[in-house]
Order: sequence, then C-alpha cells, then structure tokens
Amino acid sequence: MTFANDAPLARYRTMRRIRTFEERVGELFLKGESAGSMLHLSIGEEAVVGLTDHMAEGDTFTTHHRGHGIFLARGADPMRMLAEIAGREAGYCRGKGGSMHIADRGLGHLGANAIVGGGIPHVVGAGITARNTGTRVVSVAFFGDGGMGQGILYEAMNMAALWKLPVVFCCINNQYGMGTRVDRSAGRQDFPARAEAFGLRAARADGSDVEAVHDAAQAIVEGARDGQPGFMEIDAYRFHGHARMDKSPYRTPEEEEEGRARDPLATARTSLADDTLLDTIDAEAEAEMDTAMKTAIAATPPASDTMFQDVYDPSTPAPRPQRARLADVLEERA
Amino acid sequence: MTQTTYRDALLQALLDAMDADETVILMGEEVGLYGGAYGVTKGMLDRFGANRVIDTPISEPAIVGAAIGAAMTGLRPVAEIMYVDFAGMVMDQLANQAAKSRYMFGGQIGVPMVLRTQGGTGRSAAAQHSQSLEAWMMHTPGLRLCMPGTVSDAYHLLRDAMRQPDPVVFIEHKGLYTMKGEIGDVPDAPWGQPAIRRRGGDLTIASYSRMLQETLTAAEALAPEIETEVVDLRCLNPLDDGPLMDSVRRTGRCLIVTEAVTTCSVASEIAARVSEQCFDWLEEPPLRLGGEDIPIPVSPALERASIPDARLIEDVARWLVAREAPSWAA
Ligand SMILES: Cc1ncc(C[n+]2csc(CCOP(=O)(O)OP(=O)(O)O)c2C)c(N)n1
Ligand SMILES: [Mg+2]
Repeated sequence: MTFANDAPLARYRTMRRIRTFEERVGELFLKGESAGSMLHLSIGEEAVVGLTDHMAEGDTFTTHHRGHGIFLARGADPMRMLAEIAGREAGYCRGKGGSMHIADRGLGHLGANAIVGGGIPHVVGAGITARNTGTRVVSVAFFGDGGMGQGILYEAMNMAALWKLPVVFCCINNQYGMGTRVDRSAGRQDFPARAEAFGLRAARADGSDVEAVHDAAQAIVEGARDGQPGFMEIDAYRFHGHARMDKSPYRTPEEEEEGRARDPLATARTSLADDTLLDTIDAEAEAEMDTAMKTAIAATPPASDTMFQDVYDPSTPAPRPQRARLADVLEERA
Repeated sequence: MTQTTYRDALLQALLDAMDADETVILMGEEVGLYGGAYGVTKGMLDRFGANRVIDTPISEPAIVGAAIGAAMTGLRPVAEIMYVDFAGMVMDQLANQAAKSRYMFGGQIGVPMVLRTQGGTGRSAAAQHSQSLEAWMMHTPGLRLCMPGTVSDAYHLLRDAMRQPDPVVFIEHKGLYTMKGEIGDVPDAPWGQPAIRRRGGDLTIASYSRMLQETLTAAEALAPEIETEVVDLRCLNPLDDGPLMDSVRRTGRCLIVTEAVTTCSVASEIAARVSEQCFDWLEEPPLRLGGEDIPIPVSPALERASIPDARLIEDVARWLVAREAPSWAA
C-alpha cells in the first residue's frame, strides 16, 4: 500500500513492521531455526522510529544487542536479517554475526554489539571522520539503560562534547538490564542530566508515543548535525523477557500489565483513528514478514570452509585450518 | 646513509605517512602539544593541525573505540596508548571490537587502524609500566602484531602497518628509543615475515624487539666457537614461522628469547611449533628463555636480574651447544 508522505502513518507502519518482525523472530526460535537463543526482542521499544526518522542516507549508527527494530527502521531487508539470525549464508553477515552482530555498511549500520557499551565509542570516530571530511552526516549510538553503567559512555560523551562532533547518544531505557530494574542500578535516574553535565544537549521522551519522541529528537539530531552533540533517552518498557529463555520471574504480573499498557502502537492507533487503513497496514506487515521468514528458513547455511574467511582482509592469507597443520606434522613423521 | 635513532625513525614514518595520505590521523594522550610521552610525535601538531593530531583525554577505551569508528568510516587512525600495560583498559575495544568486526560482520567492515604503544623494562618503571604483553595480542585472531627491534624496522614496519587493511598493534620498546642505526632504502624483510639477522649453523635463536639486540650481542661473543643463526620474529601475529623452521632444521637447536613473562609467552608458542614441526631434526628440546614469572620489580638490580641479557643468552647457548654448564647451574 502506498500513501502520501503522511509521516505519522509511515511511522506507524515502520513500528508495525518492527513488531511483526520481532514476533517472527520469536517463532523462528520456537521452530528451532534460529542460531541459538540469544535473541533480544525490541517489542515495546518501537518508538525509536521517532528518532531514526531524523536520520538520512549517509548517517551511521551502532546498536546494542536489542537492535533489530533500529536496523529495520533504517531500511534493512527483513529477509536478510532473519537469514542472519538463523545463521544462513544469505544473511547480512553471511551467518557469522547473528542477531547480536548484525551490520550493513551500505545502510550505515556499523554494527550491533554484544558487549554492553561496546559500540558506543565508535560513533565518536565516525564523528571525527565527518568533521575531517566535511560531510554533514551524524552518527548515532543506540544502547540500553544498562549502557548507562559503562564508563566508556562517559569517555565518549566527553570526547563528543570536547570536539563538538556530530554525534547522538540514544539510550533506550526499557527499565531493565536483564533482571535488574533501573532503580537497582542507578543512584539517580535522571540520565539526561548526566549528559548535560558533559555539555551535551539532552532530552527525554515518552516511548509510548512515537510522535513525542519524534518532536523531541528533532533538536537533538539536527543539533548534532550542526556540531552540538546530543543525548536522547527514550522511556519505554521491555514487554518480554531479557532473551528468549527468560520468563521475567523478577517482576510482577501487575507491573508487566502496566508496562505493556505503554504501547507505542496502541497510542499511534488511537491518534491515527483509521482502523480500516491501519488494519491494512498490519496485514501487509504480516504478509511481508511471513514471506521473509519462509525465504530465510529455506536459505542454505554457509559452507564450513567459509569459517576461515574474513578473519583478515581477503588480500592476505587466511588462517590455516588445524587439520592441515596436524596432517603436515603427522604425515612427515610417517 | 645517515645515522638516526629508533625514535626519529618512528617520527619519520609518521611524517611520511601523513604527508602521503591525508586520511591518516594521530590520536592519543599527549601526542600533540607535549610531543608524545617518549617524544616520538614532537612537532606533528604544528605541522598537521589539531584535526589530524588529536590530543585526547585520559580515556584509553574510548581512544581505541574512537579510532575504530574512524577506521570503519574511512580514516586511517594511528591511536597511541602510552604504555602497553594499559592494555587492561582497552582489551575490549581491541580484542572484541577491532579484532572481530571484519569477521562478525561477514567481511563488510574492516578496521584499518594502528595502535602504537610501547612496553618492556629497562627504566625502573615498575610493575605497571614495564610489561611485555604481546602474547595477549598474539592470542587474538583478527589482530596483527609487530615489534620492531632495529632502527630500520622502526621506520619500515610502521609504514607497512599503516597500509594494512586490518588493525595492527605496534609495540615499541622504551629501551630502544635512543638506539642509533640506519633506515634502509627497503625493508629488511617483507611485511609479515621474519628477518634472518645473522647466519650460523650451530644454533638458532629466535627473538624480537629489545631482546633481539641482546641476542645479537651474545651471538657476537659466542663466535667463532659457536655460530648462531639469529631470527628476528618482528611480525608476531599472524606469525610466518617458515624461515624459523628452516633454520632450526639446519641447526638442530633452538633457543627462544623474550622479555615477557615466560609462561604462555611467545616463546612458549614458538617452542610448541618447533617441537611439532622439527621433531626429527632436533638434537635438543627447544628452550625458552624469558622474563621470570613475576611482576617487574622497581629496584634496578632486581629489574635487571628478572629478564634475560646477553650474558645469560650466551650462558644458555654454550650449555645447549657445547655442554658447558654455567656457574649458576651448580
Ligand atoms: C560488558 C557486558 N556485561 C554484561 C553483559 C551481559 N548482559 C547482556 S545484556 C545485559 C543487560 C543489558 O541491559 P540494557 O543495556 O538495559 O539493554 P536491554 O537488554 O535492556 O535492551 C547484560 C548484563 C554483556 N553482554 N556485556
Ligand atoms: Mg534495558
């Protein structure tokens, strides 16, 4: 379906595609087709689209381990994502990275990261590149509330402020780092205040309302483009467990119900108020993701000798397989 | 050819690379205004400006992390970590990020950066400023590692490192900065390969960095009774061990000398490879001669005694080849 450049509607569609995609990821796991169970769903965090909508071609970003939605919002092909999550050759990283290390240089995705905070400083370097080459691109680091506990974030924010780099730090606060709620990990939970203390422009927005995120993110992202680095906190709720095996026994059903009521898709539906149209969008998303899932599952796994590729640049020798080394030793002595 | 120092050879390599390629940037603590903690980057800030010679806060993880991001997006950063001992601060960015990005992302995103640092003993810098941590770097697929032990290599290996498509850890030796020598017109050996520094048929000694110089001194003293073949390993990860194995097959004896703590060291790895690949040619087991398995003490007397020197190398070589037990063996 096509519709006029109706941004709130387009944002709804992107959010719906993310949610449906994540539901399929859950099914992929249940079918036994995913590569492992380290799958972190971003259901409940779809309002990040309010920020990514301010990003443009050429902009770069890094994400944490819960980054499927961000990547889709930046234009990823769901089939190649699912293929990667399933460890197939057709995946974005040829089955070497998986859910937690998905990337695509062409779309500006410099890499999802399974080290909490690990990808944050890379946007500082991307900012140096932008400054030195005189391009007007921004680079955004996405991370969770858990990332607020990592020292490297503060080093990176300081550098961005010191050098006035076109960089945004975006904290998706889903209230939990695994089983630890933010009030058990942060002495003071005013995260924008921390960023402001370093000299960043900072904002916090309600993650149940994508338009509120969009409004707040405008000044943050555009400010960064002009050399005023920024920080954005999106206040959301992690609808499901930390990873696929986690049933969240550390939180009450009442709390979960309250948290899941803060649903950015429900909020958008209410304000868009065109059920027929929205239902069509939903059905399209379902169809798109079903097709992507079928194709991804049918895709072939990588051949085992590809394991030695891309440790180093292909212009240089690949690591030697162990069997070849052992054969050399033992055959010579035979 | 004119004599220069190891320090100035490094500076020359940086100057030439930055003149030739405007995507090369330097970043690190004190690399600009101060001129480098060991004076290597003196004058570079004036010549290239603050956008290319970047003085950073004391934030090692983010220095390396920022260099990675710059490398991913088209620059060729040379990040400096003042002492290799600070590897403890940066190993996540180095081993989990720089080393693995190309692989995890299926070959899409390379990290062409150089991490310049220095290590080793000799200045009574004590336990946290004197280590030789190259084994950490060698234990990490995806990293390249080189350690120059001559003035010419200081120049050529650094130039070569800055042309690599993958992250290179470049470890200088704090005790070699004032060493004099000449920069050859061409490298002593191709990038990635060992250099044979001396020919001899009785014994092969493999070494690198400052221990190469101690080994050459010992080899001189051993001649002519014992003719030593000295192999400079220089590029340690990935390690091209072919020339070393050829040498050991000729001499039948191998001693590996390193300044690092011996257990799980480069010497351990080389000894294992020699055992596997040269078993039928060996007259004696490969021997490791390294730093004692202790933190580096500050007292000059203790520090000196804790790592090999030419005298000890000579002792062990005579014992190994001529069965002359040294006085300390009694
Ligand atoms: C450095 C590091 N420490 C611990 C972990 C284990 N771990 C993985 S995810 C996670 C929680 C992260 O929470 P948050 O940053 O809020 O992200 P979320 O999962 O909520 O999206 C932890 C502790 C890790 N991967 N990396
Ligand atoms: Mg969280």
